[in-house]
Amino acid sequence: MPDEPVHPGLFTDAGLIGGACGACGRRHFPMAVPCPWCRSDDVTTVTLSTEGRLWGWTAVTAAPPGYDGPVPYGFGIVSLPADGLQVVTRLTEADPSALHEGDAMRFTVVPLAPGTVTWAFGRA
Amino acid sequence: MTVSITGVGMHPFGRHALDATSMGVLAVRAALREAGTERFDAAFCGTAYGGVASGHRVLGALGLTGGPIVDIEAGCASGAAALSIAAGAIAAGQYEAVLVFGVEKMPKGIIRSSFFAPWQEAAGFSPAPGYFALRAQQLMRHSGATKDDLAAVVVKNRRHGASNADAMFQSCVTAPEVLASRVVCEPLHLWMLCSPNEGAAAVVLSSRPGGPGPVELKAAVLRSHVPGYVLNEGTPMCGLIGADPPTPSQMAAEAAYASAGVGPGDLDVVECQDTDAARELLAYEELQLCPAGGAADLLRSGATAIGGRLPVNPSGGLLSKGEPLGASALGQVVELVRQLRGECGARQVDGARVALAHTVGRGANASAVILTR
Repeated sequence: MPDEPVHPGLFTDAGLIGGACGACGRRHFPMAVPCPWCRSDDVTTVTLSTEGRLWGWTAVTAAPPGYDGPVPYGFGIVSLPADGLQVVTRLTEADPSALHEGDAMRFTVVPLAPGTVTWAFGRA
Repeated sequence: MTVSITGVGMHPFGRHALDATSMGVLAVRAALREAGTERFDAAFCGTAYGGVASGHRVLGALGLTGGPIVDIEAGCASGAAALSIAAGAIAAGQYEAVLVFGVEKMPKGIIRSSFFAPWQEAAGFSPAPGYFALRAQQLMRHSGATKDDLAAVVVKNRRHGASNADAMFQSCVTAPEVLASRVVCEPLHLWMLCSPNEGAAAVVLSSRPGGPGPVELKAAVLRSHVPGYVLNEGTPMCGLIGADPPTPSQMAAEAAYASAGVGPGDLDVVECQDTDAARELLAYEELQLCPAGGAADLLRSGATAIGGRLPVNPSGGLLSKGEPLGASALGQVVELVRQLRGECGARQVDGARVALAHTVGRGANASAVILTR
């Protein structure tokens, strides 16, 4: 049986599933109708860029409530210039000293728990 | 219409055997005693974790029901939201006297919030200290603040709180001790984060002056976030590159200054949201206590310590008191009323006449409250 994503509609192996607004031209994540920036219902699904740059990073050393995955885990913000977005994301690197502002980052799918996967960004 | 604060009361913030209702009873009784009357036209109760009818339970225990009693939730700003609504009702002539209080009893550790969807919790997107850490990193990048500065905020506030009988922690700490506490989320160490805890605070508002000292509520403003910024307090999953809207704290402060007819240069004392040490430095900039990028310089100048030009968090802040969400913002107001009356003993800010309280938190609600005597 293939691994299940932590939640449907967030990502595929090809990347994050975002929304592209036909009215304001901006993208968002996760996919949502109406557009969270301009409230238009003219939103179509788009696969976001898998290449980005690191903007913010830390490591979470204690499991927050409702989380049963591994700790520590990398946590941060990656800029996706092709989409005009900055996304909050897990990072594959859990040692903050190994990361630097502007590092090239790439989308990947990672195990979260037995039978469950989620997405993360790691250094390209 | 002038709105006066005629009485304040508090149950110490910390860990207690009492339930939230009992703590609320003690805080409300103390505030009404100061006001010299048990008469009020309405009651607003700030709470985030209290459950249905938290305010009713407190006033039911005191036999003070009959008028409207409304619970108000606005995350960390819940108590200030209650204050804002009460002050507006008095200013509009709807009520002459309003009781505002907040009660909370929270579990230890990272705050669990229904704000996050179950999948966000499961996937690791609910670590409040993680978001604080990302914000701290951005602040350090643009202001030149260092980890030593973050430790210095903790040292300052714990020193202030050492003489506050209402604080959870009443002891001084050193910078090496702060930096030796374990890293929760780099760059934030455990002692740089406030503790969610328990407590209650109460304030009596009136259209007429009264109580132990003439304190006026000049402004009580609430604002929420503008979409676009990835690090806004609403913890969105994404933001727009280059989007730089004003923060809810900036908007609340600007509106409060305009409403009160005072500017940041008029302030004598400030209580601000030091959920983590970096959050206090960010507040310096958002409240216009210093120019953008100037927070670390302001801290290093000593201006924000008691004895300095503009003491910030003379109560010891949330880093000393802890943060019972529904009561937290009113705890700040209790401290500032006592400062304006000159009742604060070892932590008194001499001659304080104009004071500002600031809170910000989940839901991206921020408040700014201005008091004068």
